[in-house]
Amino acid sequence: MYSHDVVIVGSGLAGLRAAMELAGHLDVAVVTKVYPSRSHSGAAQGGVAAALGNMDGDTPEAHLYDTVKGSDFLADQDAAEILTSDAIRTIYEMEHFGCPFSRTPENKIAQRAFGGHSYQRACYSADRTGHALLHTLFEQTYRQGGNIQIYSEWYMLRLIVEEGIARGIVAMDIQTGRIEVFRAKTVLFATGGYGRAYKITSNAFANTGDGISAAYRAGIPLMDMEFVQFHPTGLYQHGILLSEAARGEGGYLLNGNGERFMQKYAPSKMELGPRDIVSRSEQTEINEGRGAGPNKDYVYLDLRHLGREKIMERLPQVYHLAKDFIGVDAAEAPVPIQPTAHYSMGGIPADKDCQVLLDEKGNKVTGFYAAGECSCISVHGANRLGTNSLLDALVFGRRAGKSILAATEGASFAPVDEKKELAAARREIDSLLHNGATEDLHAIREELKETMTLKVGVYRNGEQMKEAHGTIKELQARFVNVRVDDRRKNFNTNLLEALELGHMLEYSELIVAGAEVRTESRGAHARDDYPTRDDENWLAHTLAFRKDDGGYELKYKPVTITRFKPVERTY
Amino acid sequence: MTATNVTFKVFRFDPEKDTEGRYQDYTLAVAPGETILNCVNRIKWEQDQTLAHRFSCGSAICGSCAMKINGHATLVCKTQAMDKVKDGVIRIDPIGNLKPLRDLVVDLTPFWKSFEKVEPWLAPDAHSAPEKERLQTPEQFAKIDNSTTCIMCAACFSDCNVLEVDKRYYGPATLAKAHRFIFDSRDARTEARLRKVTEETGVWDCTHCGECSTRCPTETKPLARINEIRQAAMKAGMHDTSGARHVLGFRETVGKRGLLDENYVPIRSVGFFNLAGLLSLAPVGLRMLARGKNPPFIPHSIEKAGEVRAIFAKREELNK
Repeated sequence: MYSHDVVIVGSGLAGLRAAMELAGHLDVAVVTKVYPSRSHSGAAQGGVAAALGNMDGDTPEAHLYDTVKGSDFLADQDAAEILTSDAIRTIYEMEHFGCPFSRTPENKIAQRAFGGHSYQRACYSADRTGHALLHTLFEQTYRQGGNIQIYSEWYMLRLIVEEGIARGIVAMDIQTGRIEVFRAKTVLFATGGYGRAYKITSNAFANTGDGISAAYRAGIPLMDMEFVQFHPTGLYQHGILLSEAARGEGGYLLNGNGERFMQKYAPSKMELGPRDIVSRSEQTEINEGRGAGPNKDYVYLDLRHLGREKIMERLPQVYHLAKDFIGVDAAEAPVPIQPTAHYSMGGIPADKDCQVLLDEKGNKVTGFYAAGECSCISVHGANRLGTNSLLDALVFGRRAGKSILAATEGASFAPVDEKKELAAARREIDSLLHNGATEDLHAIREELKETMTLKVGVYRNGEQMKEAHGTIKELQARFVNVRVDDRRKNFNTNLLEALELGHMLEYSELIVAGAEVRTESRGAHARDDYPTRDDENWLAHTLAFRKDDGGYELKYKPVTITRFKPVERTY
Repeated sequence: MTATNVTFKVFRFDPEKDTEGRYQDYTLAVAPGETILNCVNRIKWEQDQTLAHRFSCGSAICGSCAMKINGHATLVCKTQAMDKVKDGVIRIDPIGNLKPLRDLVVDLTPFWKSFEKVEPWLAPDAHSAPEKERLQTPEQFAKIDNSTTCIMCAACFSDCNVLEVDKRYYGPATLAKAHRFIFDSRDARTEARLRKVTEETGVWDCTHCGECSTRCPTETKPLARINEIRQAAMKAGMHDTSGARHVLGFRETVGKRGLLDENYVPIRSVGFFNLAGLLSLAPVGLRMLARGKNPPFIPHSIEKAGEVRAIFAKREELNK
């Protein structure tokens, strides 16, 4: 059994930033299923939001309003206010840590326009901002040396919670297959999102939402799972992200007829509408036969008028992705794109200090915290604005670190039944290795992803979601006999993929469940059978509780509204 | 646009039962536009679940999926399979200079540890922390723009010819990381950093083979960064290393006679008063002498040495 004051699961921006806050004060370990620099924070491209005002008269208040409006008024406004009022300090801090930012002619941090933001607010490093921030924090972990113990390529199998107290985790060393209990006074989950449940997705293969459903299995409800963001500019068929910065820098969206169709949907913001609205506009164009290509199933991102020089300076990654993956030279031809599953607004419910909630009444789990995309605090509500996710991970990563430090200093280890926990972890693994072995792992996963993209995607309706729910139930049943051929202990990625699929099947049902019941359209949850927002009945957060029989129960809790009354949302 | 049958010869190794690696063949119908990562994934998912490899983002930013394709390190998620087919075959090996753990997975520990040598974090002047951002001109940012694109995929580390013979060498990615701080206008330890990477087994041990830059999937291009560090060290007057003396020896002989004096340069490199160093040259020198391969003892000049001298003079002038 390993023992650390604090165990952080996940090594992206939220996990590493929290670790920095704790290093030198407590014995802190970071457990990650990859290596820190592989974390998916690094894939964020366009920028990180803060009202520095380097380009214009931006203010944190404007940032707050844009965030709340962008959320379709589902964000908890007290939490969103923390996000936006701490943003400026956060960016200066990252700059002082060494983050390379692109610069203005006045030598300040450069800022660009982004969807749903009313000022030039996105601080950027060309179009690899997440990469720049992640590597800056990774550099800082070298500086901390032994103060942060990093367990790379360890897979978290279980969260240990008993009597409302988190006691540690069970994890497997991927390189050897060894399973260990990590005893901890405090556990922080910074495990990322669940976008891999979709076929067309910008998410890394690693983004299977394990942390979220591990928490659920440990008796913690999940919040607002039905809110999945679809990014408007995924590379056609690949789903790979082409940064919103492409539109921030002036890129157009064109339908198959060459028309800038955003004119119809967001006449004042045009291509810089928020992501939910732009993705729906694209999908409407495609659904109504105005898509491009032989199957009329995509639209175009057109950068040609920006000129090669500006593209190469500001959007080099976008350029290379289009070139390397589908052979399109973005300076000479428009790039085929489609909406792609991108961000999980839902997740593990947590309060403003990142402590995880146990129920709709506000009771908390002692010693358990969540930050970053796996958490639902909720600063993004029903739709996150671009560049607010990196900010969220940094602001609440640090904040989690601070609250954990206060709560853990002087605390003692709660007892852990090591044998019982190891046995439970082995039971799960054995159920995958020793069963009827009649069902193909990849086939189940593909069917799940296809179902989610087609039936719980940009547009939803009751009938399709009912079918999707039925399919997921059936896939869960088939999964009991999933075939895992690899019997080796070391680097058994076959077993890992089976474990991940188990998580995906579990929480995907909750995405559908929350979406089916919510008979309205709000933010990223858009129903063609209930096309309008219904504040009277649905200005509320969903909480999905796991029942002892494996089923779920949905409950709701009110949204915190401090400054802005919900109004109709137009752009 | 039809699929083509391609044989993938994939390196397999299981330390629990194999003493050495072997190749296993898989045939796959490869669609136009398909990446190698997609092919390897399909092998695992459709044909053989026991194959182990690393991958994550699938969009060339996380650095997980470097493998050797036909003998050369490549980031496979951004590489088109059909571009790499040779006689119907693509050979896939784990990246080099690192111990294979299983199949295409290697032990990256030496790679991650190598960065410790260059203290890879910004060390600004502690006395001048501004309330806002530190100012940096766009031109100053441009100097670190390339080196900060590194995704730590280890493709350069894999194919580095120096690392193959000397594990103490810093390695290309680590030197690119050093570059990122040496050339960062916000860093206050420029001189100490330069001194560190020019001594020991740093920039001067690079042999200019260029493999690192050829294999690099980003704009980092380590060889170019190593050269920039060398130039910065020479400019800063850090001439007291064998590498720097080697460069000076080149310049002195070529700049004078228009060709290299191969007797002079090695002696100049180890240092005229370095007895041990000079003695270390003796065996090679004697062998060359015995086989009649020694350069002429009395150095001569090329016909147009005057023109070469003029070029060097102009260069000196420009440097001022």
